Amino acid sequence: MSDRAARTFDVLVVGGGNAALCAAMTARRAAAKVLLLEASPEAFRGGNSRHTRDIRYLHDRSTDYLTGAYPEDEFWDDLFRVTGGETNERLAGLTIRESADLGEWMARHGIRWQRPLHGTLHLSRTNAFFLGGGKALVNAYYDTARRLGVQLAYDSEVRELDIREGRFLSAVVGREGESREIRAKTVILASGGFEANIPWLKEYWGEAADNFAIRGTPYNQGRVLRQLLDHGARPVGNPREFHAIAVDARGPKFDGGIVTRLDTIPFGIAVNEHARRFYDEGEDLWPKRYAIWGGLIARQPDQIAFSILDSKVMERFMPSVFPAIPAHSVRELALALKLAPTALEATVAEFNRSVRPGPYDPSGLDGCRTEGLEPPKSHWALRLDVPPFYAYPLRPGITFTYLGVTVDERARVVMQDDRPAQNVFAAGEIMAGNVLGRGYLAGFGLTIGSVFGRIAGREAARCAVA
Amino acid sequence: MLSPDLLAEAGRQMAICNACRYCEGYCAVFPAMERRRTFTDTDLVYLANLCFECRDCYYACPYAPPHQLAVNVPKVLAELRTETYRDYAAPRFVSRLFRRNGLAVGLIAVAAVAIVALLVLALRGPSVLFATHLGEGAFYAVIPFAGMVLPASALLLYALGALLVGVVRFWRDTRGTLRELIDARAVVRATRDALGLEYLKGGGAGCTYPDARFSHARRRLHHLVFYGFLLDLAATTVAAIYHHVLGWQAPYPLGSLPVVLGTVGGVLLLVGAGGLLSLKRRSDRQPADRAMLGMDVGFLALLFLTSLTGLLLLALRETPAMGTLLAVHLGTVGGLFITLPYGKFAHVAFRYAALVQNSIESRRSSGA
Repeated sequence: MSDRAARTFDVLVVGGGNAALCAAMTARRAAAKVLLLEASPEAFRGGNSRHTRDIRYLHDRSTDYLTGAYPEDEFWDDLFRVTGGETNERLAGLTIRESADLGEWMARHGIRWQRPLHGTLHLSRTNAFFLGGGKALVNAYYDTARRLGVQLAYDSEVRELDIREGRFLSAVVGREGESREIRAKTVILASGGFEANIPWLKEYWGEAADNFAIRGTPYNQGRVLRQLLDHGARPVGNPREFHAIAVDARGPKFDGGIVTRLDTIPFGIAVNEHARRFYDEGEDLWPKRYAIWGGLIARQPDQIAFSILDSKVMERFMPSVFPAIPAHSVRELALALKLAPTALEATVAEFNRSVRPGPYDPSGLDGCRTEGLEPPKSHWALRLDVPPFYAYPLRPGITFTYLGVTVDERARVVMQDDRPAQNVFAAGEIMAGNVLGRGYLAGFGLTIGSVFGRIAGREAARCAVA
Repeated sequence: MLSPDLLAEAGRQMAICNACRYCEGYCAVFPAMERRRTFTDTDLVYLANLCFECRDCYYACPYAPPHQLAVNVPKVLAELRTETYRDYAAPRFVSRLFRRNGLAVGLIAVAAVAIVALLVLALRGPSVLFATHLGEGAFYAVIPFAGMVLPASALLLYALGALLVGVVRFWRDTRGTLRELIDARAVVRATRDALGLEYLKGGGAGCTYPDARFSHARRRLHHLVFYGFLLDLAATTVAAIYHHVLGWQAPYPLGSLPVVLGTVGGVLLLVGAGGLLSLKRRSDRQPADRAMLGMDVGFLALLFLTSLTGLLLLALRETPAMGTLLAVHLGTVGGLFITLPYGKFAHVAFRYAALVQNSIESRRSSGA
């Protein structure tokens, strides 16, 4: 580190996830001297990319690991639908077009794709699955980056950026209790969002933020994002908004990843701590409405809810990481959940009375619904009447935040005066809000990170060498 | 009795894996896990014996230690396998002894047999032991045919019998009927998986062994050991036919079938076992079970010694060292046979049974 401090790098990459790695590898391949700073220890390297599993990219035919074509107009429609138009169309079009060679590019950089197995894994048409999931991806990229000659430093958090008049000069890095200044000709900021920074979340959510589970890395503190905004970068995305799903309340505070998510809600009812229902559990197909339940629970008292089920449906959803809480009666279940027994009994009884018989089909918008109930359950409404009864406690599980910095087509950070910074680039979650201003599209975070990581790497190398 | 704490821990980890499923492309364990929502003790024993310890899932796991969920599937399944070998092997007191220190017990067994052979020879006088014996029947001038073959056959029969008892018990516990053991399609697929070491391929990537980098080294070295072992078995069988059917007595000429098969097999075994020992020595201890590692080393060391002494015997069979080498070689073979059902060799039987079960199961679940 001491000799590094004295040296000047061509490209300093801040962050250690997918976007940072794509940027570092690309810049290094363009002959730049590259240093990558990962805030976490080596065991937890990779940011939220550790928890990913598949990536969405443009392709015009089926392959060994994709079941059919995913053309540009369909990709566009999907993105437009989930964002409700909250996207920078130029950057969105760029993301989609530049994703076309990702499958091949990733394989060249060490990623292995998963082929279909005998009847277990169902491949997707739009998204390719990498063998072993996100940590395997991150491992492969670190291995490739190291072999290419990218210098890597772990436990290295960037505390301050020296940016003057849109020009980056140096970064102050904390490592092993000491601070050092690192100079570089260019910097690529790929350090993620601020979702793990509870005090920052409290600025918008108050004390409720204490009850949020953060599904990803605890190292996404948003320190670099804040620095950039303080230095006059133009923000993008609603700072109050995040993508959140319902997770098991018994899971870890941070880094629970995929395993704590629960997709039980459409199979029963969801109640808050007053044992009252608060939203239509059968509104739309799972997982299209997957994302709304985190936000809904975040707005309930004490940010807690309970998914209530009976034994008819217990085999219909993905196995849960923690066992469901069982009880012989609704009353007993309420006691186990510390809810008012009469209130839960009344809610269940009222729900059961309102259920109208119809054809049950969990794979489509079926005809099982309630009548005269507020809020209604529009589909998959079955009476809760076969004991034992079961419950899962639910919390909002934050996946990512939308607030970021504005970038241009060369991944340069755009300042408040609309002019791009000369040598400051951004990639990944820190700028994803430009493209995905709202909503969620599976495997698309990695698309944005990979495309803009490569652009940032290429442009930073060009800028440094020029 | 399998440890309840260990079973509970394996069950806890499998529940985490079953809610994740990112590793399903690596091997047969995860698809087999996905066919279940809850895990009985016998389910866990079955999954443990289906695991080849390629470790791909460990390095790919975002929940591996130091994460608070502390998922370490190769380790917990290896611990459970160690207990399986102990629990299902007969008689149990021998297996317990072996489990405590596999290598030491193996070497003691070797030494015991070799010393007995040497003592017997010494009693017959130095003229027998240290003389140069040439021509047909030279080995039997040192140790009479019956003295060589009868104890060895008895030991081998004992070993295979003890193992068979264990596997039948395992099969009954984990699945049920004996009729399913002769399911031809399942046996064919299981045999193909076993002979090709399908699940050390890691879905194409290879295994992360000895460290976090993907490599096919372990699968290739294991192939050398396995096929070397088979060639040596073939050499012995051909020699038995020569002796009993054709009436030709050992030693056989260098170009003869038993010597060629035995030599090629011995060299493969030597390189394979030596290579695996070296991989084990360099291997990451985090995803390893110490007891299993001890068993591995014990078994590999005996295989290595068996092929080494066999090859030396071949090279020096026309010198006065032949008598001593013969005794030592027979000692290693004897030690290998004695420890066979209690050590790592048991994996051949239990893993194969688990593979058969896996192919029955996966066929059923795919509806074919």
